[in-house]
Amino acid sequence: MKFSEQWLREWVSPQLDTQAMADQITMAGLEVDAIEAVAAEFSGVVVAEVLSKEKHPGADKLNVCTVDDGSGEPVQVVCGAPNVDVGQKVPFAQVGGVLPGDFKIKKAKLRGVESRGMICSASELGLEEETSPGILVLSAVAPVGADFREFMHLNDMTIEVDLTPNRGDCLSIKGLSREVGVLNRLAVSGPAIASVSTEIDDSFAVSVEAPEQCPRYMGRIIKGVNVKAETPLWMVERLRRSGVRSIDPVVDVTNYVMLELGQPLHAFDRDNLQGGMVIRMATPGERLTLLDGHEVSLRPETLVIADHSGPLAMAGVMGGENSGVNENTQTIFLESAFFTPLAIAGQARSYGLHTDASHRFERGVDPQLTPIAVERATQLLIDICGGQAGPVVEALSVKHMPEERSILLRSARLEQALSKTLDSDDVTDILQRLGLDVSIQGADWAVTAPTWRFDLAIEEDLIEEVARIHGYNNLPVRRPAARLALRSSDEAKLTQSQLRRQMVARGFQEAITYSFVAPELQATLLPDAVTPVLANPISADLSVMRASLFPGLVRAMEYNLNRQQTRVRLFETGLVFNGELDALSQVPMLGALVCGPREAEGWSGAKDRVDFYDLKGDLESVIALGGEADAWRFEPAEHPALHPGQSAQLLHNGEPAGWIGTLHPQVRATLGLKMDAVLFEVRLDALSQGRVPAFEPLSRFPEVRRDLAFILNESTPVQALLDCAKQQAGEYLQDIKLFDVYSGKGVAEGHKSIALGLTWQHPSRTLNDEEINQLVDSIVTQVRVKLDAELRG
Amino acid sequence: MDHLPTLVSEARDAIQAAQSVAALDELRVRYLGKKGEVTALLKGLGKLSAEERPAAGERINQAKQTLAEEIDTKRAQLESIALNARLAAESIDVTLPGRGQAEGGLHPVTRTLERIEGLFTRIGYDVAVGPEIEDDYHNFEALNIPAHHPARGMADTFYFDATRLLRTHTSPVQVRTMKSSEPPIRIVCPGRVYRSDSDLTHTPMFHQVEGLLVDEGISFADLKGTIEDFLQAFFERDDLSVRFRPSYFPFTEPSAEVDIQCVMCSGAGCRVCSHSGWLEVMGCGMVHPEVFRHSGIDTERYTGFAFGMGAERLAMLRYGVNDLRLFFENDLRFLRQFA
Ligand SMILES: [Zn+2]
Repeated sequence: MKFSEQWLREWVSPQLDTQAMADQITMAGLEVDAIEAVAAEFSGVVVAEVLSKEKHPGADKLNVCTVDDGSGEPVQVVCGAPNVDVGQKVPFAQVGGVLPGDFKIKKAKLRGVESRGMICSASELGLEEETSPGILVLSAVAPVGADFREFMHLNDMTIEVDLTPNRGDCLSIKGLSREVGVLNRLAVSGPAIASVSTEIDDSFAVSVEAPEQCPRYMGRIIKGVNVKAETPLWMVERLRRSGVRSIDPVVDVTNYVMLELGQPLHAFDRDNLQGGMVIRMATPGERLTLLDGHEVSLRPETLVIADHSGPLAMAGVMGGENSGVNENTQTIFLESAFFTPLAIAGQARSYGLHTDASHRFERGVDPQLTPIAVERATQLLIDICGGQAGPVVEALSVKHMPEERSILLRSARLEQALSKTLDSDDVTDILQRLGLDVSIQGADWAVTAPTWRFDLAIEEDLIEEVARIHGYNNLPVRRPAARLALRSSDEAKLTQSQLRRQMVARGFQEAITYSFVAPELQATLLPDAVTPVLANPISADLSVMRASLFPGLVRAMEYNLNRQQTRVRLFETGLVFNGELDALSQVPMLGALVCGPREAEGWSGAKDRVDFYDLKGDLESVIALGGEADAWRFEPAEHPALHPGQSAQLLHNGEPAGWIGTLHPQVRATLGLKMDAVLFEVRLDALSQGRVPAFEPLSRFPEVRRDLAFILNESTPVQALLDCAKQQAGEYLQDIKLFDVYSGKGVAEGHKSIALGLTWQHPSRTLNDEEINQLVDSIVTQVRVKLDAELRG
Repeated sequence: MDHLPTLVSEARDAIQAAQSVAALDELRVRYLGKKGEVTALLKGLGKLSAEERPAAGERINQAKQTLAEEIDTKRAQLESIALNARLAAESIDVTLPGRGQAEGGLHPVTRTLERIEGLFTRIGYDVAVGPEIEDDYHNFEALNIPAHHPARGMADTFYFDATRLLRTHTSPVQVRTMKSSEPPIRIVCPGRVYRSDSDLTHTPMFHQVEGLLVDEGISFADLKGTIEDFLQAFFERDDLSVRFRPSYFPFTEPSAEVDIQCVMCSGAGCRVCSHSGWLEVMGCGMVHPEVFRHSGIDTERYTGFAFGMGAERLAMLRYGVNDLRLFFENDLRFLRQFA
């Protein structure tokens, strides 16, 4: 809401300069966003009267005028404006004056005729953005010779406040001055508003079929209005300083009253109305062309103002194109109504509209304003446009009017809430100045909320009001006290932070990518994924929820490759989304991606590229943090985004927990990636499951080690050999090491040699050769039977 | 016997000329060994008279000892030279960078979130998290934001259907925690939140940390104290000015916006603070009784406060990042600055 400081000060004027007053209301919760001078800098401009006008002898479009600028001598000036005329009062820049933009006025000759000054247009004085078509014509009563800035009260500021949605009551000069009055403990007074005497009997029937949505509707006929009359400059100026453009006197008056009192009004052309006004809900599919030219198809939850032929306006939002006031209008029907906030809330938005009226009605307009605004607007209209007013017609449903809200504010509760004892009289004064009806009950206050404060309903609301006016920063500060209770902590559990830090220690940078991704990218990586789709995405690129961390990581890799970053090691933690909305899983994952050289470029490093085993090593280091590496297995398996020969599903205690693998060459080609990448993603809940260490006594007896090399079929996974060996090695097996993998000369085609080092130890005696030989034999036999593999000769 | 001095002088020259420990060992054998030339002289003593014998023996032993000492000295000398030569040969350039994986780094937002969590968990708050696809009830209704409430316009919401949406704040976690536990409750809720807004100063996804404390006798003063302490600790500035401005959130009453003295210009006024000297950094307030009622908490017995802040905003102020969008581009050149 923008307002003129001078306008406000007509209602209440504290002894504060502009900035101090702005700070004061900001600290009361009405945040001042901007303060701007209402007019640019200029000087030497006075009110002058045009005394004579003659055609310029050498130029068709110019006139030679003389003006009385109060200096005692008529001044000759050349003027190019088409609208200049004898008898007008105009702003006149004298020689020596300076116009906005540091434009100095000097004596000049225009096509041979002397000109000593300049008659100004509104835009030349910085009062209008667009170039004005002609000079600014002032009211006939403007005093000749008066300083124009003073005459126009241009030493004024426009103050813009950013109001929170609960403070609809401050969307007017009346409401704002009420606040300023409370803050400064000053009385507030606005213009006297009296009932306009009716001179005609004309009226128009009103029937409200939706009293719940429209408990109060008032209207009146005003006949014989001259809509071609000019809106007085003072009103144009106040509208302008409030950010509202002058349109025609009828619209200007309704806007003016809305800004002044907070009541949106609407004027209809009586001659376009049929039968009578009907305030009702729209029938589905009814069509209405709005003032802005858009035709909408109405929905049944929309309240409309209709006549007997159909809808005329969207109630509380916008009028219709065909029923509004136009340049031929002679009789108007002026509407002032109270629409309940719930009836209007969301309506404008649902049609893609937002108007000054809907903004106010959604937040709540004081239902007691309805008749006051009618009278105020009628008076202003008749003053400007002439005409005669008919009687006010009212449709009122008392039982649908907002209920009176009685609230008890307990002094003990107030004191507890703020940790401060406030002066009781001061509290009473604050409440009363805010417009509350207060009765003292012992130490407490029983109050009735004013009709304009839709936000006051409970005790806490009053506590906030008192605290706000008292000043938040004048309230005490303390630290909450709590019992120092120890809580148990799950030692086996790893925190997300520990897991992240392990990735960092392994040389990864953490990425954070959007949780919504491009559907094409996701489909390329995970063609079978089912994830929720946003109904209103910000762009198509960010429209489906990620089913995996892979899309985001791949995009981040691509982004960096495109910026000459050739070695990428990224990880991310976050939720992935799988399933339809009704069977949705939102699972936290850890994902990582590597590409480029194994080591950062340097003097010692090998230059080869990362491969599967590099990233697997990184993942194993994270798994190792929990101390339960045995709970994990890597099973060869296929994943649409991964190379079928270089991918594994991760099993944690037998349950699927993630994937690791090299990006599928086909996928890489489809995405146009410049490099191979290896990726993994694993469920965080599985990774964070560690164990509490359990001590085993150290044996004093010697270890026995046997090394065994087997010739395996190339396609037999090493894991099968390890499993088989472990199974047969007995309970005293301490360790099994895989120390060589070889294929080539000496090993038959399609085979590989795997060397294992097995270590046994008994806790309480020395193991003898015989028992070890037996175990070795049983391993060799089992491996032969199960894996079709022989001991290497 | 007479040639002893000649022999000694000859041996001395040989010792001094020796180039290696091995050569020295040879000399020791040649002169002082069992069959050595000097040892041989001892054997010749028998040819001397009994009177001459002790003196001659004495002279030979003296010569032997002298030569042995000279050999030892020379040996030490040679060994030291050899060691120095080896050390010289083995010396490396210690200014070459060390081998192995370079350290990675946490994302600045994570760094900020962990820092905030740390400040609160150290005084007894727990960290609570929750789902990001939420329902209307937890994101709005339970927080006293009924349908069509003008406050719904404050946060442009991403919807999936009529009732499912991406959470616009982490407050639903507070609701879930209050429903599932008994006061005293002290939690901070960090996480991703979503609003359909994208321009220079908004990204459709960002991070929040919200906090909640519910106990008996909690007042607005406790809220002010907690927020002041937090902001001064976060920015490591004991003298940081903090001010509270009345504001509006449907889920708190009274509500406040919190401003700090601009950390860029110390309040003098700069571009970052729009020349006001103040920076808006978070919102807070006393938990609205309606929210307690939704969660089944006795509003006469318990009061509480809640607060919420944007992690990106705090990270920008703390580390001087001047463009919000950098946080989600994942440019390695950006990320590496926070290692
Ligand atoms: Zn600043």
